[in-house]
Amino acid sequence: MMPDLSPIWLTLKLASVTTVILLILGLPLAYWLAFGKARWKVFIEPLVSMPLVLPPTVLGFYILLIFNPNAGFGGWLEEIFHTRFVFSFAGLVIGSVIFSLPFMVNPIKSHFQSFPRNWLEASWTLGRSSLSTFVHVILPNSFTAIGTGLVMTFAHTIGEFGVVLMIGGNIPNQTRVASIAVYSEVEALNYGAAHMYSIILFVMCFVILFVFQILNRRMAKVVA
Amino acid sequence: MIDVDVKKKIRSSGGDQQLHARFQIGPGELVTLFGESGSGKTTILRMIAGLTHPDQGRIVVNDEIWFDHSQRIDRPVQQRSIGMVFQDATLFPNMTLRQNLEYAVIDGEGRGLIQEYLALMRLDSLADQKPSTLSGGQKQRVALIRALLRRPSVFLLDEPLSAMDLKLRIQLQDELLQLHEKVNIPTLFVTHDLSEVVRMSRRVLMLADGQIKHDAAPDRFFQEHLCSGKFRFPARIVDIKPDEPLSVITLQIGQHLSRIVASKEEWQGLQPGDTILVATKAFNPIIVKPLSIKSEET
Repeated sequence: MMPDLSPIWLTLKLASVTTVILLILGLPLAYWLAFGKARWKVFIEPLVSMPLVLPPTVLGFYILLIFNPNAGFGGWLEEIFHTRFVFSFAGLVIGSVIFSLPFMVNPIKSHFQSFPRNWLEASWTLGRSSLSTFVHVILPNSFTAIGTGLVMTFAHTIGEFGVVLMIGGNIPNQTRVASIAVYSEVEALNYGAAHMYSIILFVMCFVILFVFQILNRRMAKVVA
Repeated sequence: MIDVDVKKKIRSSGGDQQLHARFQIGPGELVTLFGESGSGKTTILRMIAGLTHPDQGRIVVNDEIWFDHSQRIDRPVQQRSIGMVFQDATLFPNMTLRQNLEYAVIDGEGRGLIQEYLALMRLDSLADQKPSTLSGGQKQRVALIRALLRRPSVFLLDEPLSAMDLKLRIQLQDELLQLHEKVNIPTLFVTHDLSEVVRMSRRVLMLADGQIKHDAAPDRFFQEHLCSGKFRFPARIVDIKPDEPLSVITLQIGQHLSRIVASKEEWQGLQPGDTILVATKAFNPIIVKPLSIKSEET
């Protein structure tokens, strides 16, 4: 019998969607945290890093409450978008985006913070706006940091368990990602399938980090 | 024409200080701004550029108000017609030289200037290389012409040659003067190097204690304040050979050894290893030329 690989595909799909969304959200957020002047920034920075230390169950619990279709906001969302955000793929994406936020934002933010100020000022004195400076000067010189953010986000989303369990449950082809599949196969004493998912996850994560390390070394050489 | 009259509180090593800069620069004039490090030279330049905000005062360039505290006018840096060159070359490493120059261009006329300036600075053959392959002098040449491609109203230079060795610096000073003659715009050149002041400008502003203390031609300025008719060197005593009536003392001045004669009263109490100051009249020195100075690049 062909083993059921759908949890693996679902995991890869979730990781890809999360990474793309976080790239779009993370770049401006990292820019604002690095260069913005707002005083209340000091409250946002720890919030971004909270998922690193907060138990995933706490996050999952509140997401569950907020998006509950029988309560105000969740009900409104369902009415407007006809989408349910709990026990659904869309819900998993929201949870993963919040949970992996620091893995995308922090490496890019610290790179921006150490970016030579002179380059920015030189660009401004040439009449270029902050946006133009970001696109032409900052971005092309930040590929390593952005790459780190992408890889860490992707790999971390593969490894998610707690949030996914809380808000996704265990619905095949919808929310049953590989980490959940391992858990439920073990519960069912189905060790063969648990081994298969585990080994695939192990190899996948190793390959991602291994390739990333090689690329990083090569980049370091190019820069030097 | 630049008319500057601004005040700003600055942090220096000796505590907070009130910086008050008040001067004018005429059309096509090149003025050096001289002072010790930490005196606020760079701050003045940055206030004209719009990178630092003055606390009070006015900056007017060619009858356009760039800053006026009382009228709450403060043009952003992008809307001030400046060309600025920093201490390090600040070329963008992701772009070739030509792309670095094109990045600064806003119109067809500027585009036409690229080739002309590259040729003037003898950089044409390097135009398609990335900055990391260039020497410090070449990078700074590119930064200089990049700053001028927008044909700015003001040229601001913040110790652009201070990282160069002497021979290269002199060469770039000449090239910079040529460039200035060509564009003929009011130029403020910040330096803490006396020889640069003398070579580069006919007018020097000296900044000390937060104020422009002197505004004069360099030769007059140095006659009055710093230049004397004597040579003076700190020297280390290497050896003393006592004799009558005069003793022979060997001195190390920089990397050179010199022998001088001195009476016993003069060297009494001194011993090898002591550092002293020797002075002599510079009335009729022997000049030997050419003096070859080693340089890693041209």
